Amino acid sequence: MASLKIEISGLEYAIGGTEILKGVDIAIRDGGVTAVVGPSGAGKSTLLRTINRLIEPTSGEVFLDGEPTSGLDPLELRRRVGMVFQIPALFGKSVEDAVLYGARLLGEDVDPGGLLEMVGLSASLAERDPQTLSVGQQQRVAIARVLALRAEALLLDEPTSALDEAARSRVEELVTDLNDRLGLTMVFVTHDLSQVERVADHVALLAGGRCEGEWSREDFFSLAGEWARRYIAGRL
Amino acid sequence: MAGLQTVGSALLTLVLVAVAVVLSIYERLDLEKDITVAVIRSFVQLAAIGYVIDYVFGLDNLGVVALLLAGMVLFAAWTSARRAADVPNAFLIAAVGVGVAALATLVLLLALGIVPATARYLIPLGGMVIGNSMNAASLTMTRIRDDLSEQRLKIESALALGATSRQAVSPILKTALQRALIPLIDATKTTGIIFLPGAMVGMIIAGADPLEAVRLQIVVLYMLLGSVSIAAILVGTLSYRSFFTPRHQLKTGPSGR
Repeated sequence: MASLKIEISGLEYAIGGTEILKGVDIAIRDGGVTAVVGPSGAGKSTLLRTINRLIEPTSGEVFLDGEPTSGLDPLELRRRVGMVFQIPALFGKSVEDAVLYGARLLGEDVDPGGLLEMVGLSASLAERDPQTLSVGQQQRVAIARVLALRAEALLLDEPTSALDEAARSRVEELVTDLNDRLGLTMVFVTHDLSQVERVADHVALLAGGRCEGEWSREDFFSLAGEWARRYIAGRL
Repeated sequence: MAGLQTVGSALLTLVLVAVAVVLSIYERLDLEKDITVAVIRSFVQLAAIGYVIDYVFGLDNLGVVALLLAGMVLFAAWTSARRAADVPNAFLIAAVGVGVAALATLVLLLALGIVPATARYLIPLGGMVIGNSMNAASLTMTRIRDDLSEQRLKIESALALGATSRQAVSPILKTALQRALIPLIDATKTTGIIFLPGAMVGMIIAGADPLEAVRLQIVVLYMLLGSVSIAAILVGTLSYRSFFTPRHQLKTGPSGR
């Protein structure tokens, strides 16, 4: 059993009297690729945002390398656990600005060309206006700017749902590649079960604000219990 | 009798308002109700303040002047807070912004001996500062509120990259303050060329020497530019904070996620 990178324990989140997360426990292995699946409204995106504390859980705790994240500086935490959103929001007038946004906040100088190549883009794009890139390329720039912060883990919130087929598969390959090469721990939210099959090695099923189980990818598709079968069959 | 005639002729200007109301109805702009309320309220309020000012002038008591100005600040804050619904602590924020701007301006004007400490100067000048600051406060707060809700993704993306709430909100704050202050800055720049300011117009019409009117107008312009900018910047920095937690988290609005 590999060590745990992120441990979610008894996590609850409520807003305006509505309980969105009702006591979630999930263990995320160091260097693994965990898919969080579940029907719409299950609380998947909310769960992801509690991990880097973009939102504050009502109760429960998230541990990073065994340390409670409630005790960490949230800015430091978010640099260590990067996040990629459904739609990339890139900052600045050039791709270089966009890649270096987070690093420059720290006053760090990083080579933008190397980062662009790491995500499979040409270093010559650095001077381009980010808005002229395709959405798929923008999404890879969004991953590059997290790498610029030397993140240890990456949270991806439906990172390919705004992309066409070709761009989607390039982002999927990039996720697998970064996981292999850098040992980056990945947690991604998706609706796409074939994507789970292609990318994940671990699956957590969220339904109605609760985690209904965790499996290896193989077990999820073969041995998983009633909940997973119902989810796969589209009846959850 | 002459005064009544003046009020009557003043009411004739309502013809213009009526045209605006008809246009609004015809173009379905839904402005007619707001315009009508504004007409009625302004008439009642101006008539009332006329008597109040007359009374206060008679009292010649600076305590009463201060009380009246404080009441104006609270009313301005209340109006601004209603415009900026959904901004947490909007009343308090507007009261601080408008109040500090008014206080700073009047103290400065008095300390430098630019105006004498009498109700005749303090109430109209204070009223101008408070009214203009109120507008800037409303514009700043509503703009920040709307932009934060429209650009939520950008804010979250910046926060997720380790930005502080101040760093994440900085482009929005900048736009909001520019939008709130541009009308006043432009009016100041073009003043005398395409725009004759109210105080000067009033003095000239009332028969004052144009050069004396200009002297007073310069005081008024600089006073407004300074005080309204102070109010907008205060309101801007206070109101963006009210949307974030100390741990650099965007508070979810009432619409929820």
